[in-house]
Amino acid sequence: MRTITYREALREAMREEMLRDERVIVIGEDIDGYGGTYAVTKGLADEFGRERVRDTPLAEEVIVGAAVGAAMAGMRPVAELMTMNFSLLASDQIVNTAAKVRYMFGGQTHVPMVIRMPAGGGAQRGAQHSQTLESWYAHIPGLKVVMPATPYDAKGMLKAAIRDEDPVLLIEHELLYGIKGEVPDEGVDFTVPLNRGEVRREGRDVSLITFSRCVHLCMQAAEELAKEGIEAEVVDMRCIRPIDLDLALDSVKKTNRAVVVEEGWKYYGTGQGFAALIYEYGFDDLDAPIQHVTGVDVPAPYAKNLEKAAFPVRNDIIDAVKRIVPQRVAR
Amino acid sequence: MAISKSDVMLAGLSREQLLDLHATMLLIRRFEEKAGEEYTLGKIGGFLHLYIGQEAVATGAIKPLRPQDVVISSYREHGHALVKGSDPNAVMAELFGRSTGVSKGKGGSMHIFDDQHNFHGGYAIVGAQMPIACGYGLAQKFAGKGDITMTFFGDGAVDEGAFHEAMNLAELWSLPVVFICENNLYSMGNALAKAWSVSSLEPRAAAYGMAYERVDGMDVLAVRDTAIRAIDRARNQSKPTLIEAMTYRFRGHSMADPATYRPKDEVELWRTQRDPIVLFEQKLREAGIDQETLTKADDRAIQIADAAAAFADSSPFPDLSELTQDVMIDPTGAIAWRRPRK
Ligand SMILES: Cc1ncc(C[n+]2csc(CCOP(=O)(O)OP(=O)(O)O)c2C)c(N)n1
Ligand SMILES: [Mg+2]
Repeated sequence: MRTITYREALREAMREEMLRDERVIVIGEDIDGYGGTYAVTKGLADEFGRERVRDTPLAEEVIVGAAVGAAMAGMRPVAELMTMNFSLLASDQIVNTAAKVRYMFGGQTHVPMVIRMPAGGGAQRGAQHSQTLESWYAHIPGLKVVMPATPYDAKGMLKAAIRDEDPVLLIEHELLYGIKGEVPDEGVDFTVPLNRGEVRREGRDVSLITFSRCVHLCMQAAEELAKEGIEAEVVDMRCIRPIDLDLALDSVKKTNRAVVVEEGWKYYGTGQGFAALIYEYGFDDLDAPIQHVTGVDVPAPYAKNLEKAAFPVRNDIIDAVKRIVPQRVAR
Repeated sequence: MAISKSDVMLAGLSREQLLDLHATMLLIRRFEEKAGEEYTLGKIGGFLHLYIGQEAVATGAIKPLRPQDVVISSYREHGHALVKGSDPNAVMAELFGRSTGVSKGKGGSMHIFDDQHNFHGGYAIVGAQMPIACGYGLAQKFAGKGDITMTFFGDGAVDEGAFHEAMNLAELWSLPVVFICENNLYSMGNALAKAWSVSSLEPRAAAYGMAYERVDGMDVLAVRDTAIRAIDRARNQSKPTLIEAMTYRFRGHSMADPATYRPKDEVELWRTQRDPIVLFEQKLREAGIDQETLTKADDRAIQIADAAAAFADSSPFPDLSELTQDVMIDPTGAIAWRRPRK
């Protein structure tokens, strides 16, 4: 094992897959000359050449559309979108093409394509640059949607996504690129399955069901709660579609209480999807209503103090846990 | 007011008009330099895209507009707002995210909006402003008062589908919109040659049958002339124009960008040989305006920028109640669901 950043982990994944399979190409805005908006693709063009690592014009629809076409024609494109906010300009190709062609053409074609893009707020980037919209895409049959929270998962899931025969949206987080974590040594080939979550911390009193950057917030909240004798289990769902529901249900079976934690908006989103499924299939295991910690239901404000109030913090999770974990549980 | 012959100093403009153009460019330059400093000090957060180097475009193009005309721009829009008449204090306060900002501190550097001066937005999704400008043009056409819309965007933005859709619609519907592409040769780190299949916008304008003019965007008088023709076409014939203003940003794409992708001598050349303010001052001196007047104007611009930063810094942060204000007109519609009162 070595310790590397989330950013390096993603870069290594692309590098290793490009070495392994010459059909893998990487396209996107400013991925070469600029080194990638978040420096993820830095050095790839020098190593693999500018045929396989291509800067594109500023045109999201054709980036994704061309990736879809190239994938249907036998390539393994990895398309980078600068941020998820701009994926909306390509959403037609994602939803109406990538997700549909295999089905509507009777299984004659498929789309082994990856779209990488960061989501998330918290850096004062304002209303149009701070969104977390995975639920929009997770709603769509025909797509896989995954959100790694650690360098290990970032590398393993991206490698799995590139090898996957179906379209995968790998959603990164703008505030995670610099975090460090353990990853297997170079040359050790590994992948992380795109349909399994992972328990990050065991606990008996409450399940924190979460993903992406909020995994780290939940870990911090769990440490705090432990000081007061409340043992929280942190469940990193990491695969939004398909969802590893068994993992969440098993955890709730043990703790009988759940808090769903996410950065995005509450209504009609990912967390409500999780909560509905837990109610539907784990109702008998619940001793208290599921709590839901989310971003405030407004566009992201710019001002520092307002932005701070708009996104969930550790204490919001602690408060939610205390609403449903009775004092007597604390031993 | 008609200008008597003896007042004319340069390009048919009076001393007063010339000095106004000069002061406006300086205001933008000093304002932006100050903003850059404040960003470095941590007073401004998020993204900050400076307009330094491109001052002649906003100044030359917006000055001939009437107050009722609308300007719509991108995230690199402080300069456009200042020329349109926005109070430097309120623009700087927006950059600081304070309650006295033009957008109440809720928008930030990329989202300036000043209803009072008909500066109708900085948009941070590249290309989004062009279709919006078409809508404004359509409304102005319905209103029949002869008002027009001017929209600014970069050389990167014309590669988005939105540009092409807007071009076609504006020409098809004869909308009174002036489209100004500020071609600064780069879209973030991507040089024009890596982005455009053609080297000018002329064939793209031709594809939609739209009037096109290319202008030296470092020459404020040339920009002004070109803009006046386009404004006239919009106001009197309700016809759009595409202007390509050749310019250069002297700084990185945003404060976060060290801009290593541009050849050093290229940057140096533009900065030392093509600075729009220096070039204009040369002309002004040749027309007989003394250096002292020019220096005084600069001092004044520095004062305004400093005062704006001081104003912003002493302004309060928005009240926390602002977090949930302004989402929609109907406050009950703004929140998807509210727990019924027990
Ligand atoms: C749809 C969309 N894609 C990508 C971005 C990220 N981005 C912001 S500015 C920019 C470059 C724009 O270049 P250009 O249009 O030439 O304007 P300039 O910055 O040079 O003024 C990019 C790629 C964005 N904001 N919106
Ligand atoms: Mg540009």
